[in-house]
Amino acid sequence: MITSPGLNLEQYRQILPPDWPGGFWWHWLVFTIIIIVFVLLLVMGYIWLERRGMGRMQARLGPNRLGPFGLLQPVADAIKVLIKEDLVPTNADKIVHLLAPIVAFTPTLMIFAVVPFQNGALLADLNIGILYVVAISSVSTVGVFMAGWGSNNKYSLLGAMRNVAAVVSYEIPLVLSIIGVVLIAGSLSLNQIVLAQDIPFILLQPLGFLLFFIAGCAEINRSPFDLMEADSELVAGFHTEYSGMKFALFYLVEYAEALAIASIITTLFLGGWRGPLLPPWLWFVIKVIIVFFVMVWTRTTLPRVRIDQLMALAWKFLLPLALINLLITGIQVLAWPDALPWGVIFLNFAIAVVLVLLWSKLFKLGWGRVEV
Amino acid sequence: MAIKTEPFVLNIGPVHPSTHGVFRMRATLDGEVMIDLEPVFGYLHRGVEKLAEERTYTGVIPLTDRLDYIASMTNNLAYVVAVEKLAGISVPERAEYLRVILAELQRIANHLIAVGSFLNDCGAYFTPFLYMFRERERVIDLFEMVSGQRLLYNFMRVGGFNQDVPDEFFPALEKFIRQMPRYIDEYERLLKENEILLARAKGVGILPKEVAINISASGPVLRGSGVEWDLRKVAPYSVYDRFEFDIPTGTVGDCYDRYRVRVIEMRQSLRIIEQAMKEIPAGPVKSDVPQLIRPPVGEAYGSIEAPKGELGFYLVSDGSIAPYRCHIRAPSLLNLTALREMMIGWKIQDAIIIFGSIDITMGEVDR
Repeated sequence: MITSPGLNLEQYRQILPPDWPGGFWWHWLVFTIIIIVFVLLLVMGYIWLERRGMGRMQARLGPNRLGPFGLLQPVADAIKVLIKEDLVPTNADKIVHLLAPIVAFTPTLMIFAVVPFQNGALLADLNIGILYVVAISSVSTVGVFMAGWGSNNKYSLLGAMRNVAAVVSYEIPLVLSIIGVVLIAGSLSLNQIVLAQDIPFILLQPLGFLLFFIAGCAEINRSPFDLMEADSELVAGFHTEYSGMKFALFYLVEYAEALAIASIITTLFLGGWRGPLLPPWLWFVIKVIIVFFVMVWTRTTLPRVRIDQLMALAWKFLLPLALINLLITGIQVLAWPDALPWGVIFLNFAIAVVLVLLWSKLFKLGWGRVEV
Repeated sequence: MAIKTEPFVLNIGPVHPSTHGVFRMRATLDGEVMIDLEPVFGYLHRGVEKLAEERTYTGVIPLTDRLDYIASMTNNLAYVVAVEKLAGISVPERAEYLRVILAELQRIANHLIAVGSFLNDCGAYFTPFLYMFRERERVIDLFEMVSGQRLLYNFMRVGGFNQDVPDEFFPALEKFIRQMPRYIDEYERLLKENEILLARAKGVGILPKEVAINISASGPVLRGSGVEWDLRKVAPYSVYDRFEFDIPTGTVGDCYDRYRVRVIEMRQSLRIIEQAMKEIPAGPVKSDVPQLIRPPVGEAYGSIEAPKGELGFYLVSDGSIAPYRCHIRAPSLLNLTALREMMIGWKIQDAIIIFGSIDITMGEVDR
């Protein structure tokens, strides 16, 4: 039997009091530092992993000069971009151009406020945590559009437009696939969702996981949906005109968003910090890195989709499937209100496979040529 | 209320990651859709044809290297074929076989780059590109073995070759022939049936058969449109009439067909090399050609099936040691003619892959 949130095992009880280490401000300060260090360190790890992993998959070496296995390469990259000249195009909207990286970066960092690193170890255990994540993650799109608009470059503008279109479309299947998890867990708080996962929700919600992963990749513009910075078409998309520290911030946003999505996937579907033997926070980091590795893997493997195919995928494929997934989950939760039986796992996997295979036969992606 | 929109002009190039050199497309866009296109080229013009008029017939060969720098071996071949036609020089048997082997190796190397960069344009982030460079490297190693150069070989001479290939060439070639089919299988497994690639390339950038013939396209672009036209078969030069091989053709003339034609041509090239390796006779590699060639007054057009299409040299002689006029029929330039028709109505992303599927080298377009 799969237990419901009420039946927590002893080992997963609240380790930290809500205001650890005592007092609101101390709690705030300590966790802000933890979050920033966590994000910066893991982003560096991500950059290293992506470059080494891609090198390995692409039959080349990847960076291997700085430090053991090239581990210091991200540091060298960071120093390089920081000492670069900060160029602003003559006709750019200077204020917007300056603000854009900040507007894009801040919300990304704020997502981590509600992500539990281990039981109760989070900045704010909001009871609407997942809603907060969905809301705040969309804000960074504003920053991206500001960058595209402010730099007075057509490539940037095209990239930014694509990004807005993609985020607006993919937000819907993203949220709908979260609701399935929320229905089973019975809570919007990320910590409660982790506590409810006596078995990871990826087993109960395979279709939801797939939809969330695809929509998440599209939302943060990872390949094969990396249309907004499509290097073979739009040069560098919205950050074509950025250099120096501002570019570094955008670079950071890109990986911090990937980290955020990987954290949310870990928390919602992979059981968050839960796992045997190792300390909880280490489990969390390991799972986050595994999710990111899958993203690197798809990036080196798949070609890029076209913009109309991207839209079609969201509206014709992900949205209906997310609704069906929601319906099925609702029925299951209604049928077994206390706890879902084991058989549900097999049933849900079968449903997911059948639906994905069936749906891909029904629709053609995109509409191809336009008569002009 | 309808939103008021207006088309805008986007300059793709001359410096752009996907223009394969310094090509410029002045695209008028309605949102993402391309409604007009004006190709602009000439950024790499070096006056090769004029320079050729001031050099001896042998001295032009290094210039031809710099036309299509991806495939210099076939450029050399096209030029020496034209000069031999003009001066009536015959070539020893062994040299003809060597020419076939080197030209087919060059075709493989060129198609590896063409397919790799096409898939890169599709957005497969450098993986196919680097995989194919790995194998191109081996072809280049073979070329280095024979000519000492890795990009601009300058190896063929009027009447044959200056020197025979070294002893270790044929064992190395045999090893390459044995291993290459497995690599081609690998590429096929990776992307042939990829859902995204099919969605992106199938039916995109269609060049109809009639249009392809009208613009005198050649090479994989023409064959992709379903025309079975290959100079190696229809007007055999060198010793191509002695080998067995098929001409792959597409059906629709879209980007996917052109990609398929190139991959299958690589296999056919391997077939030709295999036969040539078996049959190659021993003997001299150069016929008796004077140091300074003075062809009789007249003109000649010699053409070969280069990797990108029909590469021809039209030479006029006034009896002196330098050509009076040298014109180059560059397949890259002529294949670009229908670019506008192929691209209009498609989106920017499609335009990039249509351009990539034509496979041009700017050195040859601008000359």
